[in-house]
Amino acid sequence: MLRDITLGQFFPGNTIIHRLDPRTKLALTLVYIVALFMLKSWSGYALMAALLCAVVFVSKISVRTLLRSLRAIAVVILITALLNVFLTSGTVILKVWILKITREGLEIAGKMALRLIMLICGTFLLTYTTSPLALTDGLESVMSPLKKIRFPAHELAMMMSIALRFIPTLLEETDKIISAQKSRGADFETGGILKRARAMLPILVPLFISAFRRAEELAEAMESRCYHGGEGRTRMKLLRMAARDGLALILGGLTIAAVVFANKLP
Amino acid sequence: MPIIETKNISYTYSGGTPFEHAALREVDFCAFSGEYIAVIGHTGSGKSTFIQHLNGLLKPQSGQVLLLGEDIHSSKQATRRARFNVGLVFQFPEYQLFEETVARDIAFGPRNMGLAQSEIEARVARAARFVGLSAQQLEQSPFDLSGGQKRRAAVAGVIAMEPRVLILDEPTAGLDPQGRAELLSNIDAYRRETGAAIITVTHSMEEAARCATRVCVFENGRLVMNGPPAEIFAGGGLLEGMGLSLPAPAQIAARLRARGLEIPRGIYTVSALRDAVLSLREVK
Repeated sequence: MLRDITLGQFFPGNTIIHRLDPRTKLALTLVYIVALFMLKSWSGYALMAALLCAVVFVSKISVRTLLRSLRAIAVVILITALLNVFLTSGTVILKVWILKITREGLEIAGKMALRLIMLICGTFLLTYTTSPLALTDGLESVMSPLKKIRFPAHELAMMMSIALRFIPTLLEETDKIISAQKSRGADFETGGILKRARAMLPILVPLFISAFRRAEELAEAMESRCYHGGEGRTRMKLLRMAARDGLALILGGLTIAAVVFANKLP
Repeated sequence: MPIIETKNISYTYSGGTPFEHAALREVDFCAFSGEYIAVIGHTGSGKSTFIQHLNGLLKPQSGQVLLLGEDIHSSKQATRRARFNVGLVFQFPEYQLFEETVARDIAFGPRNMGLAQSEIEARVARAARFVGLSAQQLEQSPFDLSGGQKRRAAVAGVIAMEPRVLILDEPTAGLDPQGRAELLSNIDAYRRETGAAIITVTHSMEEAARCATRVCVFENGRLVMNGPPAEIFAGGGLLEGMGLSLPAPAQIAARLRARGLEIPRGIYTVSALRDAVLSLREVK
């Protein structure tokens, strides 16, 4: 029952998008977000949507998967859109009781919803096509200049990858503990909020204990292999920029230019 | 009438996706009062999926699970009755201890059953006696116990519900030899005194040979062999063909037979093997 969580899931593949350097993808995602918030005209939106579709097509990520990731924030999009529809002043085209729908409201709501949808799809595309390990490696590399001001870039990246690594393990553990407590007649389905909250205790206590136990074991295993942080640490797989990364970055720059240009069109 | 019975149950994980995996196929099984059934099979043969069907944690996609003749999925109450009448001890059950004292943890099941306080206390005391926990240990935090004691406390937590069928998934995994022997005799004491049926999943053929009155072998989600240990461990290559081994005494008996010694078939315990070998000497 807990297995349906798709947040941050990685779909292995061998497309050009998958093979891009994680740093390139991080940079491009940032460019993409900036470009989205610069958008003004409909032609700009059309341009970005076309770009997104092209990347989705090339990466071979199924559209259904992508749409499923939208489900989590569908409510947020809906509320934002509705507020914009009803609360924007301008030319009224429909009036029901005290609610007015304006032409401007519809336009802003449409643009806002589109922007949010494209934002989510684009960022999910990053995690769908980049393995968590590559992503944290990329983040560490991007943050490494900050090491000069004693920012723990390596440690942060290591913590992230460990956290990601343990999500499936802890989910499985939770499933098991729930089954075990259900076998002892624990009831999670009936009763008021207070009773249900209390019913979580037999799950949470063992879960926390096992998380601490695992953390301790992992720390010991890392220390017995002489792990002592990022200082002087080398890697087996070095991140290397390839020609395709240069090309992708140029395309990213062109996108910004195109958006600026498209903003001048209707 | 059998206490618990499965009729033609099948279960498939992730049906309709590329990860589809049939874990159980058309399993017919029944257990009677007082039986001690060992369930053996390779990792991934469906044993664990099977036992989770018996107390209604999993619902078969086809077929029925009957507790005293009643389908356990016919109503919510029936499922709840199955939870309490069929006790399930998971692998490494010590990881589900959560209360402040051992006594309170053992009382969790009986409390969920809605029993009176006096009855709960009586059951905790009885369960503690079955697994050999002292009155002083009952007042300790479960996290201060040793590994073997934690395991016993967890088993007591299920025994305290006084189930008519007690299922254990590899109850002795990770225990030292003495801890193993003690836990197994505790479980057997529960069976003899209450007439409950015991079903235990095990990887140890010796354990199955020593305790069980019946052995069930799973392979690929099917119940492929089901009979008394003498029959299952008679040799003949069937078990070995599934990647399982015979208990050590049965293996020794087979090798002695291969060397031309007249050891009768159907020997699978140390004592029977000893008697057979000793009787050879008398013949001479």
